[in-house]
Amino acid sequence: MPMWAMIVKEFRQLRRDRRTLAMMIAMPVLLLVVLGYAASFDVSSISVAAAGPQAAAVAARLPRPFDVISTQAAQGRPWAQDQLRDGKAVVAVVTGGARPVVLIDGTQLFAARAALTALTSRLAQPAQAQPAQAQAAQAQAGQAQLTQAQAGQAQAGQAQPAQAQAGQPVPGADLAALFTAAPEVHILYNPELTTSDIMIPGLAGVVLVFIGTIITSLGVVRERQSGTLEQLAVMPLRVRDVFLGKIVPYFVVAAADLAIVLVVGVAIFGVPFRGSLPVFGLGALLFLFVTLGIGVLISSVSQNQGQAIQLAVMTLLPQVLLSGLIFPLSSIVAGVRWIAYLLPLTYFNEISRGVMLRAEPIGALWQPFAFLTLLGAVIVTLASLRFRRYLAPARARRAA
Amino acid sequence: MTGRPAGPVAGPAAGDAVEEWGTDEISVHYQRRLALDKITLRAAAGQVTAVVGGDGAGKTTLLRCLAGALAPASGLVRRPAARQIGYLSASSGTYPDLTAAENLDFRASAYGLSAAQARARSGDLLDRAGLGDARNRLAGQLSGGMRQKLGVIAAMLASPRLLVLDEPTTGVDPVSRSGLWWLIAGAAAAGCAVVLATTYLDDAERAATVLALDDGRELAAGTPDQIIGAVPGTLRGLTGRPPEADEQRAWRRGGRWRVWDPPQSAGGPGEAIQPDLQDAVTVAALARELGLPGSTR
Repeated sequence: MPMWAMIVKEFRQLRRDRRTLAMMIAMPVLLLVVLGYAASFDVSSISVAAAGPQAAAVAARLPRPFDVISTQAAQGRPWAQDQLRDGKAVVAVVTGGARPVVLIDGTQLFAARAALTALTSRLAQPAQAQPAQAQAAQAQAGQAQLTQAQAGQAQAGQAQPAQAQAGQPVPGADLAALFTAAPEVHILYNPELTTSDIMIPGLAGVVLVFIGTIITSLGVVRERQSGTLEQLAVMPLRVRDVFLGKIVPYFVVAAADLAIVLVVGVAIFGVPFRGSLPVFGLGALLFLFVTLGIGVLISSVSQNQGQAIQLAVMTLLPQVLLSGLIFPLSSIVAGVRWIAYLLPLTYFNEISRGVMLRAEPIGALWQPFAFLTLLGAVIVTLASLRFRRYLAPARARRAA
Repeated sequence: MTGRPAGPVAGPAAGDAVEEWGTDEISVHYQRRLALDKITLRAAAGQVTAVVGGDGAGKTTLLRCLAGALAPASGLVRRPAARQIGYLSASSGTYPDLTAAENLDFRASAYGLSAAQARARSGDLLDRAGLGDARNRLAGQLSGGMRQKLGVIAAMLASPRLLVLDEPTTGVDPVSRSGLWWLIAGAAAAGCAVVLATTYLDDAERAATVLALDDGRELAAGTPDQIIGAVPGTLRGLTGRPPEADEQRAWRRGGRWRVWDPPQSAGGPGEAIQPDLQDAVTVAALARELGLPGSTR
């Protein structure tokens, strides 16, 4: 039966292509596990910095999901704002003025929305849900005056806590009691909570991953497939010449792509670019170096372009899903979240969002820069070693 | 790091009258399989040396070692610096998505030729190879023979002292083969040591020296005349099928049969014929297969 012959042939080929077979079996399981644990927009914890004379009281009484991570009684709004700008906290509460001020980092989209929801809902508890003391406090405080927070207000109405609906006492009562006057709420850096503002700096990273990893790995492995690799190995070229000669063109193309993405993002989508272009450029340079290294690494372990694409996709997918580009890192289960810290896009996201949206200075970004440098050193070293072996004449026993 | 193999490599001895490259008893293992077993090859300047053998005999492995693409497990390789080696790998070694001229430009630049040198040399070689009109065609769109010629002239571009060509004439039509041999002979005449692998024994007959390989081992070596002269026993030619007793030592060639009679054997029907290189290599392979004395050196 001719069809049977085809089926048998396909299975025989599949059996020999172990990598494809492993991907077919492992990929669904991997995706299910990763997506199951990572695919969550729920924010269970919102980091808070509290400043001013009542900072300690805020820390003691602010209910979940707020998590006060630092208090500075002697500091004021500038310090609080720096905490947000430097990505140390999502919410900052400044006390001591005529009215308390709540600052929210709008670049942490889901956390910001969750914070707004929590703030508005808990400062506007149904009267019957609260003890008498809290009712009095709320009457005094009134509705929180949210400035530039339409999105949050829109959500607040939909997100009444289940506890309040059930008529039980809620921790929000403490929050209402905390403020003696209606707090001013300011959403910084992304006041409209616009998704494109958050996504485009991250998408710039995805573009770089795409060019850096997929296109580079294909370009290098093409030498092997076309039979020209052996020519390169015997030509009077140093491994460094071939390595850099292969990646520089992709580097240039990726840099041009990055510039286009940025221009389109700013010009068409109105994404702000508030920070330093050189700092952003340095981050992009480091990140590109890492992704090109990954591309070369992939090509050096791939026999053909099909294998290279498979591997490149396997490195691209976790970066898109786990780097904080789509799902907030804080929402990813800790057992899976550690993977995010091995991914270069995680750090580039921090740099690009930090620089573009919050004008974060390089000093505040030392951690993502340091990790990106470390990742770059490891990956580029591995890539150049593999490439050297890939290009230089192998010992015959390994060459079969 | 230059991309050279880690195996022992020697340069030419100072004051040598004739430059000679080659290998001394090199062995190569592919995992557990012995691909080359103590193979010695001599390649003198101004001469063409042919490495012949069937599929899997070890020709490509030997040429890869000689060119520097593979390091032998043991033995010595004598070759000039990378800049003075021209190599055509088993594929044509050209980029299919570059034009003929662009392929040569890349090669010239990698070998450090000046723009003027590159232009002059490329133009000359393209014309000599009959590819002058195809200079702006993509290598991938050239016919098999044209692509092979492009590969050969690319290997010759930097006027190497050692030219290593892996099956330059395989799959090439007779006219293109002639053209390729004209180029190869021209390189040798210019003082280059040429080593080429071929499965065609008529190609090998044009070479000054021949090394025949079989399953990674040396079967015969020397000039074609030496190899022919060293055939032991006699050769008979038959028009019909040989008797059953001779079948193990018989092979068909053209429309006739040939039977090899080892020394001191009784002989049989048919007339005695003078062996040529193809017969000599076949006899050497038969003698080894049958465990009879007959391998030549």
